[in-house]
Amino acid sequence: MTQNLRVKSSEFIDETNRISFKFDGKTYYGFKGDTLASALIANNIHLVGRSFKYHRPRGIMTSGSEEPNAIVQINPNSNITEPNARATEIEIYEGLEASSQNCWPSVNFDIGGINNFLAPLFPAGFYYKTFMWPKSFWEKYEFLIRHSAGLGKSPNTRDPDIYDHRNIHCDVLVVGAGISGILAARNAAKNNFKTLLLDEKNELGGSTIFEANEDNKINNNLASEWLKKEINELKNIKNLEIKTRTSVAAYHQYNYLLARENLTDHLDKKDKKNKIRQRLLKIRAKKVILATGALERPLIFNNNDRPGIMLSSAIKKYSNFYGVVCGTKNIFFTNNDSAYESALSLHNKGIKVEAVIDIRENSDAKIIKKISDAGIKIYWSHTIVDTKGYKRISSISIMRLSNDGTSVTGSKISISCDCLGIAGGWTPAVHLCTQSGSKLTFDEERKIFIPKADTKEQISVGSCGGDFELDEIIKNLNYKLKNFLNINKTDFDSIALENDHETSKRNIWLLPSDQSIGKTKPFVDYQNDATAKDIKLALREGFRSIEHVKRYTTTGMGTDQGKLGNMHALGIIADTAGVKMGELGTTTFRPPYTPLTFGTIVGRNVGKFFDTFRRTPMNDWHIKNKAEFENVGQWKRSWYYPKEDETMHQAVQRESKAARQSAGILDASTLGKIDIQGSDASEFLNRVYTNAWSKLAIGKCRYGLMLNEDGMVYDDGVTTRLGENHYIMTTTTGGAANVMGKLEDYLQTEWPELDVYLTSVTDHFATASLCGPNSKKILNKIIPDLDLSDDNFPHMSFKEVLIDKIKCRVMRISFTGELSYEINAPASYGEAIWEKCIEAGKEFNITPYGTETMHLLRAEKGFIIVGQDTDGTMTPNDLQMDWIVSKKKYDFIGKRSLYRSDTMKQNRKQLVGLLTEDPNIVLEEGAQIVSELNQKPVEMLGHVTSSYFSPNLNKSIALAVVKDGKNMRGKKLFIPMENKNISVTVSNTIFFDEENKRINA
Amino acid sequence: MFLINCPYCGERDQQEFKAGGEAHIERPKQPTELSDDEWAEYLFMRKNIKGVQFERWNHAHGCRKWFNMARDTSNDEIKAIYKMGEKPPTQ
Repeated sequence: MTQNLRVKSSEFIDETNRISFKFDGKTYYGFKGDTLASALIANNIHLVGRSFKYHRPRGIMTSGSEEPNAIVQINPNSNITEPNARATEIEIYEGLEASSQNCWPSVNFDIGGINNFLAPLFPAGFYYKTFMWPKSFWEKYEFLIRHSAGLGKSPNTRDPDIYDHRNIHCDVLVVGAGISGILAARNAAKNNFKTLLLDEKNELGGSTIFEANEDNKINNNLASEWLKKEINELKNIKNLEIKTRTSVAAYHQYNYLLARENLTDHLDKKDKKNKIRQRLLKIRAKKVILATGALERPLIFNNNDRPGIMLSSAIKKYSNFYGVVCGTKNIFFTNNDSAYESALSLHNKGIKVEAVIDIRENSDAKIIKKISDAGIKIYWSHTIVDTKGYKRISSISIMRLSNDGTSVTGSKISISCDCLGIAGGWTPAVHLCTQSGSKLTFDEERKIFIPKADTKEQISVGSCGGDFELDEIIKNLNYKLKNFLNINKTDFDSIALENDHETSKRNIWLLPSDQSIGKTKPFVDYQNDATAKDIKLALREGFRSIEHVKRYTTTGMGTDQGKLGNMHALGIIADTAGVKMGELGTTTFRPPYTPLTFGTIVGRNVGKFFDTFRRTPMNDWHIKNKAEFENVGQWKRSWYYPKEDETMHQAVQRESKAARQSAGILDASTLGKIDIQGSDASEFLNRVYTNAWSKLAIGKCRYGLMLNEDGMVYDDGVTTRLGENHYIMTTTTGGAANVMGKLEDYLQTEWPELDVYLTSVTDHFATASLCGPNSKKILNKIIPDLDLSDDNFPHMSFKEVLIDKIKCRVMRISFTGELSYEINAPASYGEAIWEKCIEAGKEFNITPYGTETMHLLRAEKGFIIVGQDTDGTMTPNDLQMDWIVSKKKYDFIGKRSLYRSDTMKQNRKQLVGLLTEDPNIVLEEGAQIVSELNQKPVEMLGHVTSSYFSPNLNKSIALAVVKDGKNMRGKKLFIPMENKNISVTVSNTIFFDEENKRINA
Repeated sequence: MFLINCPYCGERDQQEFKAGGEAHIERPKQPTELSDDEWAEYLFMRKNIKGVQFERWNHAHGCRKWFNMARDTSNDEIKAIYKMGEKPPTQ
């Protein structure tokens, strides 16, 4: 029975282009231009999914992005399947596969449907109320809940598609290409504003484009015909860029908007290849015109969710635009005139309309007369009290409404049907407007929220601004546009308009039934299965804030964000609580307006482009020599250099021994380097470091500790005085950028009087650190002219030298406790100098070592690593480094904080060494430390910060922070682990060469 | 996403900037003379008001200069931007 529901050839559908697609495993046909929804309806399929909580059968309700029910899984059998796609937005293409969600084993027979009959057991807040007792059962409940939670199936491999970002700057951005948007964009562009017009649909023209009401005329033409001509002329206008299939997701401050442009989703499978799928447009507009239209409201009555119950406007679009009939026996249920237009559209195409049920007492609009003349029965002052039909609506029951609209009277009439169009009025789509920070105001008479005021940068026009009738829309648009763009005339100043006017209004948020509310199911949020009953229950239980009711009942929390029912939820709350809707406010409209793919959000920043990474000048050598790398900040640092099938542990043990026994070499290029110059450079260092700098001789190096103003250790490193007013500071690898920022901050804001200039030179120098008893011999081979005696070149001093005519700085400093030299060469010579060291060191078995060995060697000496042994709560005193804090200096960053009662407390956590009872057990870094094993609860005294097996001591060593650790030397503590308790003894932090003899070895 | 008018470079996207907290909190010249409470006041206490707030901003991915901003926290309207050392504008 394919295609028998097509009414006529539609100009928007290409009937010569037949397309096959699969839904729930079966093959169907549609035409180019169809959405999945229109193609399914043409194949007489309404039932497409099951609801979230009760698993009730649900059908297609709308024709756009507000769709709550028809959400499907695309490519269900593929690893890159996509869940929660709206059938009303998917344009069919050859090879499309989709399936229903939230049902098992099938949408027609769903086990979860049992929930529908158990519904009385699932009130609002069901989970909060039910699974609290007994408390110990929560884990069991959680397993079951998680199993049945979630909508759809997420993909399980990497998204192979290409996504892109584009920045756009424009004078005027127009969102929405209905009649208002088109006229606005056209006039903006014609007045030399660089204009961008966006619409989420594939065709321009909004709902006017398929308008068939002969009472709505522009310049004596049908509004739709007139608009088509306007659209045709758009392509001749300069300054105007138009993007269709582009949905604005977010509207941020200062007219910054994010839009998703869909480029290939509608193409046949073979045409999608190697093309950008979606593009995120980052738009900064000088002015924004919102023409986002309005969304039709449903009506809230008992069992208003059956397949075949659709928005009246959607039925009109399916018949007028797609040429598809939603039912053969149609009924409309309405509170306004617009449903009559849908009814007339069907009637004029020869489709049977059984009746129109109208809650109003009457209406004298012209269109009503046409419906009566057509012989269609209108039931005034009636409401639907119930519907029947499990997988498709089969009949409705109606009764007369009481005058106050709260009850029904008289006898029940039953009418059979296979499609029910519901029309509850229109809600301006103010989502983007409020996202931008603009405020709304409630129009009590028309029961709509509209933008409170237009601004110099933003206006709302057309129905999103509260104008619904043609003459009103055009008149207000004309007026607003002139003011907004500061222009004298528009090209529709003298347009001739004719249209019907709605005079009669009646709004009832929750329509009564002959049954008590407890026995009815009037759905407010279709996707999340929240009913009016749930909302009333929440109010009875004491919830008042709309934000709380929303979360408690989950109203408006689905993927559709309650675009259909949110207004009714507000209305029902206001009516029940006896407050005015305007005072109640709305829930917050948050971006995105419709869901975005992760791909669109990240664009090209995937894989190795996810974050910037930095490599040292010696990187190629490391790769050639099979280094394993680790990330340190953005740097890729050599971690260790495994030989053949060495494990990491074996490699590190070998490297560590070599560095102490003969010679090792480390790439230290990543350390931050800041060049400091100016006549106040010494004074500046005095203020930023804890120790004194004025007396440091030229050519000497000094270790410095930098604090935050709160007294906590922030960074450390060696600074060398290169000249009278010239220093080079090194920082930790990870801290370099922050230290630079902090120093600049103080210079610019607190001490602008200081004559100091800072330059980051981290990337300008490559650093090779030679270490070990044979390092002097190696350096001597490289720089034979340099006197390396302790007298001429002592520890903590610096020489400027030439190596093969390359000017290098050599510092004799040590982070390992061994005799050690750091050669700083201009970055472009880094690899050459490195290779020279390797070559010269061959006879001493020079061993390249990575960060892991560096960490191990410094731990043997008890040298801290800021960020590993400190965590922003450690003072110099806590680190047992009082020796570096000057008592004489009047002030330095953080000094005052060292004298606060809290930082002076004796029992703060302090850095200590730990030795395990069994020297072979290596502690886990981060492990907690206690003093008692049998006491519960027991106080956590601290944790292990660094831990290694030392090959040079042949035992396990660790650094830890322990409460009152300074006074615990020799004390036995415990590290409770999952399967065992480890005994440790508190020790000195220096494990190796306590007398510091090797530095001058 | 603000559009910030750096006093040295002109209008730039907020992405290029770093916020630096409340402005016009001067580091005490003689910290050692302050009581613990007075020092804590300088160190920790910051305003968080609804309305016009004076803030420090840094053009971190640009000229790296610090400057001040008067911003209405209720609607993110930037009322004024002025250089370090300059007095805040009176409304």
